[in-house]
Amino acid sequence: MKVAVVVFPGSNCDRDALHAVELAGADGELVWHETTDLHGADAVILPGGFAHGDYLRAGAIARFSPIMGAVRAHAQRGGLLLGICNGFQVLTEAGLLPGVLRRNATLRFEHRWVRLSVERRDTPFTSRVPDGVTLRMPIAHGEGNYWLPDGQLDELEAAGRVAFRYTEPEGNPNGSARDIAGVIDATGRVCGLMPHPERASEALLGSDDGMLLMRSLVESVARVPAAA
Amino acid sequence: MAGYRFCVSIMPREGILDPAGKAVEAALPQLHADNVHEVRVGRRVELTVESDSADTARAMVDSLAADFLANPLIENWKIEEIAR
Repeated sequence: MKVAVVVFPGSNCDRDALHAVELAGADGELVWHETTDLHGADAVILPGGFAHGDYLRAGAIARFSPIMGAVRAHAQRGGLLLGICNGFQVLTEAGLLPGVLRRNATLRFEHRWVRLSVERRDTPFTSRVPDGVTLRMPIAHGEGNYWLPDGQLDELEAAGRVAFRYTEPEGNPNGSARDIAGVIDATGRVCGLMPHPERASEALLGSDDGMLLMRSLVESVARVPAAA
Repeated sequence: MAGYRFCVSIMPREGILDPAGKAVEAALPQLHADNVHEVRVGRRVELTVESDSADTARAMVDSLAADFLANPLIENWKIEEIAR
């Protein structure tokens, strides 16, 4: 079971993500964005950071990195794909997830702990989360204010594609529409979220709630291996 | 082939939250500019296209603006040909 973590110029959570998937029992591999081969990875993570300096818009240039053809093909054949923070921004820019992450409504970079409700526990990313449990994870972003036109938000909600919402006590940190912190695609195999599960991977860091997502991902791949 | 130079002005769409504009506006009282309002912040991209004709060059910029330079969900843009 192998998880590829893509490294863009400006990624800065790649090693943390690698550490977290290895803790969850997978073999991790860092894959440079200029390559075009995921080396048979069963799952792919686009990590946090500031890919290509976040110039133009966060994720806008990373979308055209050479590795993204392989990432798209991986998703199209049903491979698991997780975008964390900047990785979520890349997935929306690439059209692999709906919506846009606007600048925070708070007029500042938000770097703090938040609490998440898990809206879907039947996805490959959340299957290990116990019923009724909320997750404590850090955020660190300037552009995490999720948005879609109202009608499309209604459709997203009706389709059960809101995976995570910000909840009390900290509440919504950035102005996101309907408190959305993470979404899944129509197949349920692609997920993006702004909070950082890999930064909540050991109790020593303040929380290991993120490991529930990492273990879900690794176990889901073990159950249904992606086609070669 | 000739080089055609363009300027693409990209702005947040009307009604879309513009935190950068709000942050700039919040500083204005310190500059005794309380009478200045409705600040909006966008960005400007200048580029040169090598092409056989101005029309083909502009079509290229149209497509780049819609697919890459701007995000049509939240931004509008305007394209002008400018002097080299």
